[in-house]
Amino acid sequence: MINNFRKNFKGAAIEGVTLFSALLIIAIVFVMFIVIFIGGKSQLSWEFLTSFPTEGMTKGGIFPAIYGTALLVIIMSIAAVPFGTITAIYLTEYAKENSIIAKTIRFAVRTLAVIPSIIYGLFGLGFFIKFVGTHVDNALYGGTLHWGQPNLLWASLTMALLTLPVVIVSVEEALKTVPQELRAASLALGATKWQTIYKVVLPGSVSGIMTGTILAVSRGAGEVAPILFTGAAYYLATLPGLGDQFMVLGYHIYVLTTQSANVDQTLPIQFGTTCVLLMLTFVLNMSAVILRYRIRKKKNN
Amino acid sequence: MTKKEKKGKKKKLSGLEKWQSERIDITQKKFRIGDYLAEKVIKGVAYLSIAIVFLIFVFVFRESFPIFNTTKPTTESKAIVKQDSQETYGAVTDNASTTQTQETYGAVSDSTEKTNVQETYGAVTDQSATIEQNALVGDSAKAINSSSDTYTVSAGSGSDDNRSALKSMATKEWVPVSANPRYGLLALILGTIKITFISLLFAAPLSILAALYVSVFANKRMKEIIKPTIELLAGFPSVVIGFFALMVLATFLQSVFHYETRLNSFVGGIAMGIAAIPIIFTITEDALTAVPKSFYEASLALGASKWQTAFFVILPAATPGIFAAILLGIGRVFGETMIALMATGNAAQMDLNPFASVRTLAATIGAEMAEVVFGDTHYNVLFLIGSLLFIFTFVINAVAEFYVKGKLMKRIQGK
Amino acid sequence: MSENKIHTENMFLYYSEKMALNNISITIPEKKVTAFIGPSGCGKSTFLRSLNRMNDLIDGVKIEGKVMIDGVNIYDKNIDVVNLRKKVGMVFQKSNPFAKSIYENIAYGPKINGVNDKSHLDEIVETALKNAAIWEEVKDRLGDSALGLSGGQQQRLCIARTLAVNPEIVLMDEPASALDPLSTAKIEELIVQLKEKYTIVIVTHNMQQAARISDNTAFFYLGELIEHDKTKKIFTNPDKKQTEDYITGRFG
Repeated sequence: MINNFRKNFKGAAIEGVTLFSALLIIAIVFVMFIVIFIGGKSQLSWEFLTSFPTEGMTKGGIFPAIYGTALLVIIMSIAAVPFGTITAIYLTEYAKENSIIAKTIRFAVRTLAVIPSIIYGLFGLGFFIKFVGTHVDNALYGGTLHWGQPNLLWASLTMALLTLPVVIVSVEEALKTVPQELRAASLALGATKWQTIYKVVLPGSVSGIMTGTILAVSRGAGEVAPILFTGAAYYLATLPGLGDQFMVLGYHIYVLTTQSANVDQTLPIQFGTTCVLLMLTFVLNMSAVILRYRIRKKKNN
Repeated sequence: MTKKEKKGKKKKLSGLEKWQSERIDITQKKFRIGDYLAEKVIKGVAYLSIAIVFLIFVFVFRESFPIFNTTKPTTESKAIVKQDSQETYGAVTDNASTTQTQETYGAVSDSTEKTNVQETYGAVTDQSATIEQNALVGDSAKAINSSSDTYTVSAGSGSDDNRSALKSMATKEWVPVSANPRYGLLALILGTIKITFISLLFAAPLSILAALYVSVFANKRMKEIIKPTIELLAGFPSVVIGFFALMVLATFLQSVFHYETRLNSFVGGIAMGIAAIPIIFTITEDALTAVPKSFYEASLALGASKWQTAFFVILPAATPGIFAAILLGIGRVFGETMIALMATGNAAQMDLNPFASVRTLAATIGAEMAEVVFGDTHYNVLFLIGSLLFIFTFVINAVAEFYVKGKLMKRIQGK
Repeated sequence: MSENKIHTENMFLYYSEKMALNNISITIPEKKVTAFIGPSGCGKSTFLRSLNRMNDLIDGVKIEGKVMIDGVNIYDKNIDVVNLRKKVGMVFQKSNPFAKSIYENIAYGPKINGVNDKSHLDEIVETALKNAAIWEEVKDRLGDSALGLSGGQQQRLCIARTLAVNPEIVLMDEPASALDPLSTAKIEELIVQLKEKYTIVIVTHNMQQAARISDNTAFFYLGELIEHDKTKKIFTNPDKKQTEDYITGRFG
């Protein structure tokens, strides 16, 4: 009897500890969210979102940073989504599950997913700017500096590499939800492999490609380390083009908090910007979660 | 169907007859250009991801390579070195004396003394730079004072400096910008390890216990709340976590623990732990769920209670997976840059005290790369640190992938 | 009429190292219904799928011996598998319409074969649906999703989809196993009609069904072809003891 009670008590205590851990994590998430939201709420206005910084960044809005972030993720997606989708197609449709090459590619993709983002920054600098950029300059501009310097294009491509695994994994998951019977049906009708992929498999995984894109965009919008020295700028008076440096939300937060002359003065802007970035990634992630939930449901049916 | 109808139909179909009556020839393999190209392109693109990993290694390492050039300097070799640096690092076109050329990249730059000699990358180095509370460029004051020295040094960035740089790496002092630059990595490595340790101490038990709760104890509804929330945490940009740590967590923890420096390895470690939680949680949870239901049922049937089953059956069966989770968590923290930049204080010192400021390897790259002279020894050393980080995470991932997976399979399938 | 539309000789099939078909030699006549019967796992479906090389999709399948269709060995190096599958259509056990409209499902085959003319497609769709005896049921909602049809309708749609490509042979892999008796009856009726134009090979483990609709029946057991003869003979007076045991329900 007593023994039993002890056992039950121990069981309850242990379950309690695990529950507490789970709740603590959730609490951390909510506290971060609420603190940042409350801190930034007062800043959130149409004007803040649509105007340029003024008075040495202590006043005004963050429009150029939003604009830069948007351009960054768009160019990034243009590069990463087709690339990632095609790789996922290879892995699910062409490669044999256990072939060495498929295993190697999967390993490479997972490696890409765990390489620290700062390394991507170094790679962007060493490859895109110093190697590709310099060679382009030498070939097209007689050595004068055009592309051999940090700019939006190189930063976006660097970010595209970083988000590539995100796209590949999501699309692969979606491709696998397309029933094997549909592929068989198409092939049995005399369709070629590519026709089957293009007309049956891909239309069946559009939502997966969307999920991948959204997750990649969310990741790309939030990462700062890869663009620290491949294109992000502290302040620009004009909106950037492909060959220019650009402002971006995450970097804006970083410089305002650690490098501005008067941190306290810009505190509201810091909170406002962080809040905007967090909202942005939150909304993106939520929609990805919902989409993914739908895909999984479809798969289980 | 009447005869008339039939007839009409036949006539109408006549356009099709050719296609319909065509005997399909199967004896000759048809060359379908579309399929051929599609397959080749898809294959090529897929192989590229392998190439990218390779390229990342090559190009990060390539930029650090000059540091290993320690051959005895002769006039000839020196000339070559010089030429090399001009070619590869393009921008500066003339001889050493023109290194004073201003290289401004896009950003607005007031032509102060500083910008004359520094390559500004994005960050505006305007007058405010002198009064900045610049925790990042550790020796900013020194940098300005001795900037001309730095240039002389970097222009002649020959093997002598490389040798001393290489030698200095095994020391404690990280003073890259001075007349006598020292690149002691020990403090940085210690700092990184210290902060990794702290963050794991915080994140690993929390995540593993939470995963255990979700996979063993939680009912469906709790599961549906906890899992997406933690997945959401994975979507928090690290700069946001860094901001939170810098603005809120640091103050809060200081008021609880009453330590001296506000930003230190403890704050940074906790913040990085928050970033690592989703990784450790997700992989652990996967590993726990992968334990076959039969294990669980068998244990319960033998009269074990739920928690006994959880701790003595499920947890041991999933150990390799949990090990992998922790490994990948280490990888995440080891390379984390933004949180390290924002919340650790960024002082390179050899100190085991968890409440002392630290500087990590990744943060060093992040903070100094933008200010460094291309092709300079300092620049090479930063890339060398990058190579080290790359190799470290690569190995961690490889171990998690091959060793752990094999073991996990063995345990679960009893092979 | 050719007496040997399909003809195999000493055919073996292996999954990796495991032998799944053991020395199959059979001749299947044109424009007749041939049924394959046998207990599950006996290799009848595997054999069916090797007649239009659907087994190619499975890793590690190896085939030895001859599989001739119209006198051509379809496992020759030079065979165009895509065209082979046009010639030898297949209907699967589980109806598998594409998530497209009824019309698009039928038009899929002709379209990938280069028929793009709208009026031609309309004709093909109508003819195929009529041939599959489903036209009356769907003619007013060709634009609706095929997934909205009932199971039996979906299966007939899949048959129509196969017919639209103009195959010479139609392979059916237990096409009615997942359907209610009424839909099954419709499909059976349809199969009997179709043999006017097509050579039909059907796998079933419903012996009554085989008896009702087929002209010839082949009995498979453990990867071997035990007996192949006129359906009547198989069901009344089989040569082999194993066949008799199976027919009379003593095993399987």
